Amino acid sequence: MSITIANKSAPFAHGVSSVRKTMFLVLLALTPATLFNLYLFGWPAIMLFTVTVAACLIVEAGCLSLAGKPVMATLADCSALLTGWLLAMSLPPWAPWWLGVIGAVFAIAMAKHSFGGLGQNVFNPAMVGRTVLLISFPVAMTTWIVPYPLFSAGAPGFIDALAITFGGQMPDAVSSASALGHIKTELSRHIPVIQSMADVPGLTDMLLGYRAGSMGETSAILILAGGLFLMYKRIISWHIPLSVMGGLFVMASIFHLVDPAKFASGTFHLVSGATFLGAFFIATDYVTSPVTRTGQLIFGVGCGVLIWLIRTFAGYPEGVAFAVLLMNALTPIIDQYTRPRAFGRNRKGEPLPLEKRP
Amino acid sequence: MWIAIGSLTVMGIVLGALLGVAAKFLAVKENPLEEELKELLPGSQCGQCGYVGCSQYAAALAKGEASVTLCTPGGKATIEALAKKLGVTADTSEHEEKLPEHAFIVEDLCIGCTRCIRECSTDAIMGANKLMHTIIVDACHGCAKCVKVCPTDAIVMVPVKVTLRNWHWPKPNIEQTHAEHQAGHAH
Amino acid sequence: MKLFPIRGGIHPDYRKELTSDKAIAALPMPATLYIPLQQHIGAPAEVLVKEGDMVKKGQMIARNQGTVSASQHAPTSGRIRAVAEVTAPHPSGLPQSTIILESDGKDEWAELPEPITDPFAADAHTINERVSQSGIVGMGGAAFPSAIKLNLGEQKKLDILLLNGAECEPYLTCDDRVMREYPDAIVDGARIMAHALGTPRVIIAIEQNKPQAIEIMTKAASAFPGVEVIGVPVQYPMGSERHLVQAITGRETPARKLTADLGVVVHNVSTARAVHDAVRFGRPLVARVVTVSGGAIREPKNVLTPIGASITDLVGFCGGFAVRPESVVNGGPMMGQPLPGLDAPVVKGTSGILALTAGEINDNPTSACIRCGSCITVCPCGLSPVDMSAFIRKDKLEVAAKLGVMDCFSCGSCSYVCPSHIPLVHYFNYAKGVLNDLERERQKNERIKTLAEVRTIRIEKATEAKRAALAARKPAADSAAPGNAGEPKATTEEKANA
Repeated sequence: MSITIANKSAPFAHGVSSVRKTMFLVLLALTPATLFNLYLFGWPAIMLFTVTVAACLIVEAGCLSLAGKPVMATLADCSALLTGWLLAMSLPPWAPWWLGVIGAVFAIAMAKHSFGGLGQNVFNPAMVGRTVLLISFPVAMTTWIVPYPLFSAGAPGFIDALAITFGGQMPDAVSSASALGHIKTELSRHIPVIQSMADVPGLTDMLLGYRAGSMGETSAILILAGGLFLMYKRIISWHIPLSVMGGLFVMASIFHLVDPAKFASGTFHLVSGATFLGAFFIATDYVTSPVTRTGQLIFGVGCGVLIWLIRTFAGYPEGVAFAVLLMNALTPIIDQYTRPRAFGRNRKGEPLPLEKRP
Repeated sequence: MWIAIGSLTVMGIVLGALLGVAAKFLAVKENPLEEELKELLPGSQCGQCGYVGCSQYAAALAKGEASVTLCTPGGKATIEALAKKLGVTADTSEHEEKLPEHAFIVEDLCIGCTRCIRECSTDAIMGANKLMHTIIVDACHGCAKCVKVCPTDAIVMVPVKVTLRNWHWPKPNIEQTHAEHQAGHAH
Repeated sequence: MKLFPIRGGIHPDYRKELTSDKAIAALPMPATLYIPLQQHIGAPAEVLVKEGDMVKKGQMIARNQGTVSASQHAPTSGRIRAVAEVTAPHPSGLPQSTIILESDGKDEWAELPEPITDPFAADAHTINERVSQSGIVGMGGAAFPSAIKLNLGEQKKLDILLLNGAECEPYLTCDDRVMREYPDAIVDGARIMAHALGTPRVIIAIEQNKPQAIEIMTKAASAFPGVEVIGVPVQYPMGSERHLVQAITGRETPARKLTADLGVVVHNVSTARAVHDAVRFGRPLVARVVTVSGGAIREPKNVLTPIGASITDLVGFCGGFAVRPESVVNGGPMMGQPLPGLDAPVVKGTSGILALTAGEINDNPTSACIRCGSCITVCPCGLSPVDMSAFIRKDKLEVAAKLGVMDCFSCGSCSYVCPSHIPLVHYFNYAKGVLNDLERERQKNERIKTLAEVRTIRIEKATEAKRAALAARKPAADSAAPGNAGEPKATTEEKANA
């Protein structure tokens, strides 16, 4: 009696993890911060978010069908949804709709599918999308607004929001600088950091997210909560987030001690900009970060140091995207040099010497 | 401008000449390669590659005139060794279709003429005049020279049998498993 | 006692509760038994019986030949029906030479070798000889002839006999049951083995998910100061020989060396019991305990099964299938072999027969690798499954070999955790098969080359000899009558050809 075809080798037991479940948990971890930010920035943010995510899904579907891969089955892995989500979170909340669409094309078609699709891309798609937009449309990408929570006084209604997102009519009065941008501008006007720090929101506001910035930049505390949830679920390990934040904090703190007038403190760097989003959700992207623990530590510290360098010395006030992309480029080589030592062999792969026994 | 063109031309000629001279005087002797390649071949001179013997094939390989996939008895191991030595990538896809074979003597047809015994370069055939011959499978590498000389067509080439000892898992076919799974869902 | 950590590993759903509390039940003697000549690593045994022979239980019916081999004994009394090709318990479903024995229903023992009355006074050779005679092989699954492992004491200085009762594979509880029901036999067998090996210490390692076994074994061992029972952490694959040695001694066995080079010899607990039976009663290995379990089995059980019983009989004894199984596995779910059918017999290395449902296997279609690195984290051998499988997929087996694919022992941890359900172990098994083939082919080519060279030299010598003979004969031929000219002429032609 033939029961089955023995065409598969062992094991005949598999864990419950799947790509879809992994992506789903990441989305779940992002949800509180996202909801809070959508509330904070109102209808225009909701519209931009929807447009960006939808654009990513449509571009993904198009690329898949062009490549002759199963469209629905692959869309169901939620990876394009996550890319769109992260891209939307890195945009100014009141940005025009086409920014999200162009970003989606670059993120999904250029950064992901031209490399061969999921798992094959070298660079983080969402960050490629953001970076292309930042370089091509610097003004639109740095027009921040102060929060106008949904249904609060002065917040745009649904119709106003349509005008902002799809009509390109940005009200003048609302724009504001992000904290990092503010300090950078002031520094260029020779106003020391200590003085300009007085104008930026306090630490509590920064943590809670009641400040100007992209959706992922505000509300550090909710992002942190999401990150801790992912660690608890063992989707990510502590290695990358801690080393990113550690690298950034140590660099910033050392220079702050040396010259507080020129360099912002480590704590300020940690809570401002997209540090938390970058450390927990961007740098930890499986595909583009190293696979071994040692490699992840190197990668994280590299990201942290680069973030600080770019924020401090480069032309842009925020450096998370650039830092992550630069370290993405190094990932293959980090992986090659941090392979674990095989059992019974030394690092070079030669058998261990037989120890003399007592 | 003429000065620029002129000086570049002169430089080109001088450097080119220098390279030419260097190529002539510092040339690496290529003969050792031929020897090394010959070492990698089975050495049974079966001629299935289309050359007279292993040395001639090795010479052709060294000159880059022959493909590394021609040695049938050597099998995949030889192809890979040759490809590695020559630093080329071997296209083994065509070769894989031809599974390893060994000779087999159909006992009823054998008249015991010993011609095959004389032909066999690895002494893989046992037997004596007027007596039935048999192949020692372990020593036969499938060159098929004996098949050609047999007057009664009593020798045939048969594929090496798959047994519990040499069976191994085939390469997993992901696409296939995917399709199967979907088919499974359909009903 | 302080234990040492081992790298990686997983915590699968063990499902041992299906059978762990059921006492061992004996399978009624089947009408026909199929005893393969090869149930072990090494050379097949040589048949001693022929069609029509009457044999008694425990009589040797095939003798070990060569250095690595094991004998086979009749598991019951009866008549040899044939020696024929029968489906092997192997994923390929290929046949192998098998002795077919028809039971006469009497189950009558043959005259057995005399018990060794005081094994601790006997020399190592006597004990090894008895173990070898009794056809004992490692009963954890690998089925390596035990006598060879017991001989290691002659070549190396050994410190510890490590008895492997970890049983880290999910579902399997046969060792657990044997430990709970025959603790004294195991301890006695272990002490006999330690005596033969010359090791002062015996350590019995049991995973902590078997508290009853630990308790019972500790009690049985308490009378003997040299025997310790240690509970080891529940972590698959703790039962791997090299990893268990590392957990106990903290020392890592170098690649291409044996644990014996570190002074530790590892044997399975059931093997110790078989040694006890062979030494104390002269009984050869003719039966073993098999865990029959899995979601598709109606009444999962631990069954004392005569070697050679067909898996159909075994499944029938356990109530048959409740639902159609997705896979039938010989061994544990992590490292066992799938069976194409139920025709094959139980052999000495069969620790379990599992009929698993699709839900238990939980396999899904393969999707793209997302480089999560889980496979690297869990690999107990410190390999990079993600890289190796990618190279194998692209047919770059030599790169995979450089990355250590031959060091992989197919524990299955990587395939277990892979969120993309990539058949990683299947890739490695394929690569190992091809690389072994290539190695065999390379060795054969070497041999062929030598043969061809020998022949060339011989022919040259013969030609030389002929030439010399001809030269010696030439003057004589010249002086001979012209009527005899035919022969020399032919020789000259031949010479020209040469």
